Amino acid sequence: MQINRRDFLKSSGSLVVGVSASGALQSLIAGEALAESVSYPNPSPELLDTWISVARDGQVTAFFGKVDMGLGLETAIAQIVAEELDMPVERVNIVAGDTLLTANQGGASASSGIRAGAIPLRNAAAEARRVLASAGAERLGVPFEAVATEKGEVFVKAEPARRIGYASIVDGKPLGTKVTWNKEMGTPLNVTGAGKPKAVADYKVVGQSVARRDIPGKMLGTTDYLTNVRLPGMLHARLLRPAVAAAVPVSYDAASIASIPGARVVHKKDMLAVVAEREWDAVRAARLLKVQWTEPAMNWPGSEGIHDHIRSAPAVASNGESAFAGKRVYDETPTYRALAGAAKVMTADYEAPFQSHARIGPSVGVADVRDGSAVIYVDSQKPHFVRMGIAKLLGLPQDKVRVIWKTGAGSYGRSDADEAPYEAAVLSQELGRPVRVQWMRHEGTGWDPKAPAAVISMKAGLDAAGAVGAWYFRAKGFSGWDVKFAADSPEQTLVGMQLGMAKTDMHNFDVPTETYQFPNTVRFWQTVAPLQVQASPMRCAHMRAPQEMQSRFAQECFVDEVAIATGRDPLAFRLASIKEPREMAVLKAVTEKAGWSAADHSPRKAKGDILFGRGLALYNGYGSYAALVVEVEVNRKTGRVWARKVTVAQDSGLIINPGSLKTVMEGNVVQGLSRAMVEEVAFNQSTVTSVDWNTYPILDIKDVPETVETIIMHRPDMASGGAGEPTLVSMAAAVGNAIHNATGVRLRRYPFTAARVKAALEQHSA
Amino acid sequence: MAKTTLTVDGRAHTVAATPDTPLLYVLREELALNGPKFGCGLAQCGTCTVLIDGRAVRSCVTPVAAVNGAVRTLEGLSAGGKPHPVQDAFIAEEAAQCGYCANGWIMNSVALLEKHPKPSEAQIRDQLSGLKCRCGTHMAILRAVRRAAAATA
Repeated sequence: MQINRRDFLKSSGSLVVGVSASGALQSLIAGEALAESVSYPNPSPELLDTWISVARDGQVTAFFGKVDMGLGLETAIAQIVAEELDMPVERVNIVAGDTLLTANQGGASASSGIRAGAIPLRNAAAEARRVLASAGAERLGVPFEAVATEKGEVFVKAEPARRIGYASIVDGKPLGTKVTWNKEMGTPLNVTGAGKPKAVADYKVVGQSVARRDIPGKMLGTTDYLTNVRLPGMLHARLLRPAVAAAVPVSYDAASIASIPGARVVHKKDMLAVVAEREWDAVRAARLLKVQWTEPAMNWPGSEGIHDHIRSAPAVASNGESAFAGKRVYDETPTYRALAGAAKVMTADYEAPFQSHARIGPSVGVADVRDGSAVIYVDSQKPHFVRMGIAKLLGLPQDKVRVIWKTGAGSYGRSDADEAPYEAAVLSQELGRPVRVQWMRHEGTGWDPKAPAAVISMKAGLDAAGAVGAWYFRAKGFSGWDVKFAADSPEQTLVGMQLGMAKTDMHNFDVPTETYQFPNTVRFWQTVAPLQVQASPMRCAHMRAPQEMQSRFAQECFVDEVAIATGRDPLAFRLASIKEPREMAVLKAVTEKAGWSAADHSPRKAKGDILFGRGLALYNGYGSYAALVVEVEVNRKTGRVWARKVTVAQDSGLIINPGSLKTVMEGNVVQGLSRAMVEEVAFNQSTVTSVDWNTYPILDIKDVPETVETIIMHRPDMASGGAGEPTLVSMAAAVGNAIHNATGVRLRRYPFTAARVKAALEQHSA
Repeated sequence: MAKTTLTVDGRAHTVAATPDTPLLYVLREELALNGPKFGCGLAQCGTCTVLIDGRAVRSCVTPVAAVNGAVRTLEGLSAGGKPHPVQDAFIAEEAAQCGYCANGWIMNSVALLEKHPKPSEAQIRDQLSGLKCRCGTHMAILRAVRRAAAATA
């Protein structure tokens, strides 16, 4: 495909959507104008032009193979590219997540946008600057050493008036240089060139709170969201979901929707959908269609019985066995031996619920599958993997599938975002027209992949003086990879399974990062079999952060339990048990700011029915360190817990945009509180019963803190760590510790709903 | 199909829609407006909010036949190219992550401030209660509403 993308770049990255009879993909590409040198539809990481392009109007476009899920990544990447290129940041455009235009950098995953995703962009921009400076020096008739760059221009250092702009140097042609590719795809992908990135000390744009460029459009209604994609001739579809989770459709009564103009049914194996020309007609048809479903016997334990179920269910896998992520062998024997010889053994079980991603906008997908090619519009976190999976499902070569990423509702992991695009692709192939699938609320909350429930068992062996001589951590729960983190194969999606593909058996949970330096430590996970193997509303996948809120809840509460049982302040005990200076630094910073006092013994003094407490928790992961102090008010009559003030400190190494990071940290605090306080998937013997915002509530604005204090550690000497998750993970633990400090009662199950807290307080005082 | 006449952002439109069609579907599908968004279809999140004669209304459960006033939408707030002071405040505070719910918070804040130009903290939380933000940007939203109140007072 030798197409010139100069015009495309002139229009600042706006994609031209065209449709013709010659195939959805070809027409779209023809409408677009691409770079002469780049190897579409699979842009090679080895070409500088795959990463950076300079247009005649002086705009630079950087092609980013990840996506911005609303955490400010687009702006941060523009800052990094602008920094290395010596360009004004407002003249750097970002094209993200389009599989035709960007290399597969693995999508949004594990807070890797900056810590991994920015690296090839930084290196490519540094190389582009070298290439431009070199060509500029030639045009100015001076040696390379005699020139410098600023504001998108090359100038002679000794005569700054002699200068030439990048656009004039490039003149609309490709940069035409190769870079060295590490041969990885996905998140580890990196490239390097002869041009070296700047020293941190020389940064002018990186480290500044540049205004987030995605914000104005979001507030003015002009952002190009996925939900706004409207293709000519597009049909609207809705999927039918059974009232009993394992039921499949047997037959339907077409007459039941005959009154709705243009509405029809698509029934393919276990997939049942209605389509209509107008969206409301599709909604009505889905409600009115009479369906006969199978009546499978169901015996789920229900949400109240789920933790006993986990305790008694056989373990089917552990991290000691070969798994997708490799095995991490562990040996419990030394720990058991040390526990047996301990003067005192403490044990506690902690319980974590299933939780729903519950995106504010349920899954959307638009697909145009015609004449042997497909164009799919998604807001998935991993568009390149969706491309692989949809190609496989439709029986098309990957080259014939283009996935275009659009801004969408936040998704926080492997949410429902990957589902509707697959369904739309199946329906569009079936019907020969573009199809838009929009999930309804009951699907977004009831049928998204869930964060897995678990029971985490902790044991500590203490000597006569109270020193820890053995430490045992076992997480036993449902697999976090029940469906995979990337929907790169159709059996990981509902519709794939409905069409008869058997789900791959994969297992994963989590053990905390090494933090506490206790002797005879063992940390391992075990998984139990899923409640329903195929097409289950209880299938599990990762949710910010994968199985980590569950595991840290146990670890960080149990650290407090041991500290308090041995008469030590939780802060002092932590500081004495860790060795990583960056962990110590965030602990000290957050407790200083929050005015932590070792004298605040539990239970604290009450004022009327209100009990006051504060709790601490630590986190280490994604190359970042976070610590938080939560101050709560517990109403002993109603059980309501209000986190009135939260103080968080985060060390994520080099910070690209502190302003963005502050709001990301605040968001993590509130979302973390929501999950700690109120979020729990409810289900009965046969299906999920939390299916909307009344039955699956999230934290209301009335209940958010009065104050959230954020402390950003200044560590430009350290590599950037992931920032999207660290301040959320330990929230349930910090709140649990604060409730104990307020009431003297230890709650070992979250969420801390008012009813649960009230019951625990009543039981304690009885 | 029934024809309904609607005034949206100061312009009259005649749309073809069954009387039970929620206003949201008419605004998005017939008029191609992108401010109000589908979030729940149950009046539980406010993502679809529009103003009808100054009142914040959940358009996802409002049948088009029941609309009896002038409709204002997010895009209408900044008609003429100048953002509404509430939009300016939300932009200044960067009060969004994904931004999908921003429409609901902005439209309800406009309704709040038109009625109570100097709201107390309790009034702000009370009037915005029930709106959903999944990303958890509430702290910035609260700052934005306070900023808008200060700017317009």
